[in-house]
Amino acid sequence: MNELGLLVGSPSPRRVGRVLTYRKAAVVSLLFPPTGIASMYYSLKSAGLARKGEVEPAREAGGKARDWAWYSVGIGLTVYVIAFMAYVLFNNDGAVRIVFFAWSILSDRRSWVSLLKGFWINVQVFMITEVIVLVWALVVAIVRLLPGKACRPIRFLATLYVDVFRAIPALLVVSLIGLGFLQAKVPLAGDLSDMQYVILALTLTYGAYVSEVYRAGIESVHWGQLAAARSLGLSYSQSLRHVVVPQAVRRVVAPLLNDFIGLQKDTAIISFIGVLDVVARARFINNSKGTLAGYSMAAMLFLLVTIPFTRWLEWLQRRTQNRTQGGR
Amino acid sequence: MSFLEIRDVHKFFGEAHILRGIDLDVELHQVVCLIGASGSGKSTLLRCINALEIIDQGMIRIDGERCSGSGIDVDALRQEIGIVFQSFNLFPHMSVLDNITLAPRKVLRIPMDEAEDRALQLLARIGLADKARDYPDRLSGGQQQRVAIVRALAMEPRLMLLDEITSALDPELVAEVLNIVRDLARDGMTMMLATHEMHFAKEVASKVCFLHEGVILEEGPPEQIFGDPTEERTQAFLKRIIDAGRL
Repeated sequence: MNELGLLVGSPSPRRVGRVLTYRKAAVVSLLFPPTGIASMYYSLKSAGLARKGEVEPAREAGGKARDWAWYSVGIGLTVYVIAFMAYVLFNNDGAVRIVFFAWSILSDRRSWVSLLKGFWINVQVFMITEVIVLVWALVVAIVRLLPGKACRPIRFLATLYVDVFRAIPALLVVSLIGLGFLQAKVPLAGDLSDMQYVILALTLTYGAYVSEVYRAGIESVHWGQLAAARSLGLSYSQSLRHVVVPQAVRRVVAPLLNDFIGLQKDTAIISFIGVLDVVARARFINNSKGTLAGYSMAAMLFLLVTIPFTRWLEWLQRRTQNRTQGGR
Repeated sequence: MSFLEIRDVHKFFGEAHILRGIDLDVELHQVVCLIGASGSGKSTLLRCINALEIIDQGMIRIDGERCSGSGIDVDALRQEIGIVFQSFNLFPHMSVLDNITLAPRKVLRIPMDEAEDRALQLLARIGLADKARDYPDRLSGGQQQRVAIVRALAMEPRLMLLDEITSALDPELVAEVLNIVRDLARDGMTMMLATHEMHFAKEVASKVCFLHEGVILEEGPPEQIFGDPTEERTQAFLKRIIDAGRL
């Protein structure tokens, strides 16, 4: 031990002057030759320079070898994945392409019109359900977080609801409510339209999921925020409304959006109880033409709605972040 | 009868007996400084006074009115008592101005423009009028804490509780916050401070209380507590502070 003592230790005997030639990375990257060859060239150059003792140029070449190896990963993998998909699509005399993307059906205007009519039902269902779920799930989340002994029974009830409806497949809930409520003349809900039953069923299912998202968001807001709000004289509900919930909602936009995309897709379930939605109509097209192109077309319609929706919400989230977080 | 009377207050957190019989009187316009090691109960005592924590035994009275125990109007109580926290706790999703006007608008039902006028006056007094529309994240720690003080003052409280308000600040930002407290003291605000800034306590306090393991071991004017403490524990505590170069 030297005189610097235990905490400092002895000066390191290691060298920092090694030259990295990235030989292994270059060899692996040869699996994608266009960039792999460049990587190998620089790696060899680096090794050669290092042997001559020209450390700085050797390092520079080594760095280039590393950069090109990473290009091999990024570009090479992409090219190979796309090539594999093309291979699948056009193999067997294009059977895959014909089953999924038969041009004669894809270009048929009447099929698209029929599908769009059905898709409009799906759109209505998920738009209405999303609005109701947004409110209903927040109510459930807040009930689950009510403080105090007195609220224990109602907390328990809310927990039970969430546990039950998260556990049952949406398909079963839609079937049970959509077919059963009418048959059993359930009070208050014995005489609704198919679409209303579907909205009710999906609200109950997704309300359970989304309430958990809200709950996580509310719990993630530091307790000091509630303390500060209460200490200013705001009541518990005022504190939730003005301080805690707004922060919680901003934090859970991404998972909320995730659940809503799930909901948009799950509206496909309603074809099971005889609603002529996009999936039911796609099935007709498939059956009459003997392909699966109808489903592909329906899938495209879902894509068309979901992807812009995602981008829009991401933009919205970025905007609020820029506003509240320091842009120093 | 004192303005604030604290009688035999006890507080448990589960098994832990945090406050073990606190007795304290605070007169109007007094500045009382609570000193003592971490975990001695300073913060808990402040939080009990405005009912952020419910006391398990004892009595707290303000102006002769009971303000602990069951059946009290905690929201009304908290309008009388402002508290500022170590961690500022500004609302990050609101501008500085909204932070300050939220409670006056929602609790006191003061119209928006009136509340904003008053908030701007207060901000001007602490030199932050130009930050009114900014969000808290864009402010330095010292600026945030000054805003937090103004936010509490906007409710026009009769008592201010300051819970180690400079402990989370970089050293060069401490002075700007303490200057406001000094101004408040001069204006006659009744205050209780939990603090580690002994110099400051010495300067502004009318009374210093040394807390140790949930009781007030010694209280008196600052000259006596800092200059000639009688209790052995107080002497030991102050010696540690002096050894750390903080007094």
